[in-house]
Amino acid sequence: MTVIEARGLRKAFGTTVALDGLDLRVEEGRILGLIGPNGAGKTTALNAILGLTPYQGELKVLGRDPWSERDQLMRDVSFIADVAVLPRWIRVSELLDYVAGVHPRFDRAKAQAFLAKTTIQAASKVRELSKGMVAQLHLALVMSIDARLLVLDEPTLGLDILYRKQFYDSLLNDYFDRSRTILVTTHQVEEVQHVLTDLMFINRGRIVFRCSMEEFESRYLEVTVNPAQAAAARALRPMHERQVLGRSVLLFDQADRRQLASLGDVRTPSIADLFVAVLGDKPSQPTGTAGQGAAQ
Amino acid sequence: MTTQSNPLPESFDSPGVAPAVLSATRPFYWSVRRELCEYRSIYIAPLAVAAVTVFGFLIATIGRALSVDDLARRRAILEEPTHFAMAVIMLTTLIVGIFYSLDALHGERRDRSILFWKSLPVSDLTTVLSKASIPLVVLPLITVALTVATQWIMLLLSSLALMGSGMSVATLWTPPSLVRMSLMLLYHMVTVHVLWHAPIYCWLLLVSGWARRAPFLWAALPPAAICVLEKIAFNTQHFYSLLEYRLAGGPEAVTMPGMSPLNPMTHLTPGHFLGSPGLWIGLAFAAAFLAAAVRLRRYRGPL
Repeated sequence: MTVIEARGLRKAFGTTVALDGLDLRVEEGRILGLIGPNGAGKTTALNAILGLTPYQGELKVLGRDPWSERDQLMRDVSFIADVAVLPRWIRVSELLDYVAGVHPRFDRAKAQAFLAKTTIQAASKVRELSKGMVAQLHLALVMSIDARLLVLDEPTLGLDILYRKQFYDSLLNDYFDRSRTILVTTHQVEEVQHVLTDLMFINRGRIVFRCSMEEFESRYLEVTVNPAQAAAARALRPMHERQVLGRSVLLFDQADRRQLASLGDVRTPSIADLFVAVLGDKPSQPTGTAGQGAAQ
Repeated sequence: MTTQSNPLPESFDSPGVAPAVLSATRPFYWSVRRELCEYRSIYIAPLAVAAVTVFGFLIATIGRALSVDDLARRRAILEEPTHFAMAVIMLTTLIVGIFYSLDALHGERRDRSILFWKSLPVSDLTTVLSKASIPLVVLPLITVALTVATQWIMLLLSSLALMGSGMSVATLWTPPSLVRMSLMLLYHMVTVHVLWHAPIYCWLLLVSGWARRAPFLWAALPPAAICVLEKIAFNTQHFYSLLEYRLAGGPEAVTMPGMSPLNPMTHLTPGHFLGSPGLWIGLAFAAAFLAAAVRLRRYRGPL
């Protein structure tokens, strides 16, 4: 079952093109990471999916048009658009009452059980909570809604490492199952690497790369070689090369692991390394040939 | 405000209880409750004003009334604060309504909470209507209920005081006159404050949903600018007169209870009011402003 299907999605703000014919397809039961540099169109794409912004092109989320049917769609879609969007004047208990009042799929008991594991008091106002606690509260609300698609846009921005880890752990352990779909954007790529099932890179309003995490782990290898082996390694046509402490780090797509192991230390690259390789070192430049190749 | 009690049945998901009706009214009901929760001044300000007038009545008026021997004069002394209470409560809810309407669709964009509200299955139409219902339904109801309660408390207090001093309570203004005054007040609120002023509140809501900053200036300056331009260009004041007529309350302005020394009931002219084109033109403008506000809320994100 396809949860999100976008074809030729376009959106411009004046002369700035935010989405330039974006194509996107997300299947049920996936946790998709949408990674891109600042200004790549991530938030605009999410806003289009959530019915927060009009767009040109074709877009269906759970079979609905998000722009004209946002309120209907929100019965099946939850999102955390940013940190700290919960109204600051509201009490935690009032917030639970309100969501229980307007959302037919909200399980209040579940939310209270999540909150019982935190230090958040029902009588507290949101403005009295720390940033991390507000994120916990929002996550507790969202996890208590029986939604089919959860969209997270930089959900952990500005939180300390303990909260960030806890955030993704509870998402995986207490929420995710194969009937749900999660779409997440973040700059803290290393933290979501073990969470994702699928990966997409977005740049200049287009999807420039996509693969599943299994594919990612089997296809891409990184080898660190001494200067003496550098020429031999380069002959194997790496996607990307960078220098670290006088040694060369080369990233390969579908290379022979044993052959690489004879040249130096081989490991699976991080998402960030692949991101740099695909988008080039200068995100403001047009994508290099490596990126074009990987996007095929 | 928010208690655990839930006045609507929990049978939302069970079939057979007109789920279509429930699913339409339930988000509306909770949206109105949310507004009352956010803008507590909607009920706290008029309550505080009512409490102060009762307190003033208790410490100043009753003593003065007891020291007067002339029955008609005593009655006038005791009756006057009931008009005063009505006027100040009405003024309070008027001011609260104006400031509420100017902030209703602006505040949620300013504090970015619009991103949270829009993540819930509540349509922009429901949201805007629930916000419009505060100045057009909730505040008038509060005005009437609170005024009536205040007047009855004053009647009760003066009766107790007179009886305590062994005087006759027969000369007090009578419950029938109080009931008549309450009905007058209700009529005045519905005709002037709701129907006649509706375009004003809807205009304020529209501006609060449109302006990036200073909604008060955006709401007030364009009409003022039109007045000035008209004066300069044509040396006429049609727009100004139109605004003045609208603000002053139109054809039913005279129905303000207590304003007329004559029997006010004879002044009610609902037929004339309902037949005045100004009413219907105003309501058409109100509907257009609301429709624009609904559309704007769909497009507008956080500031």
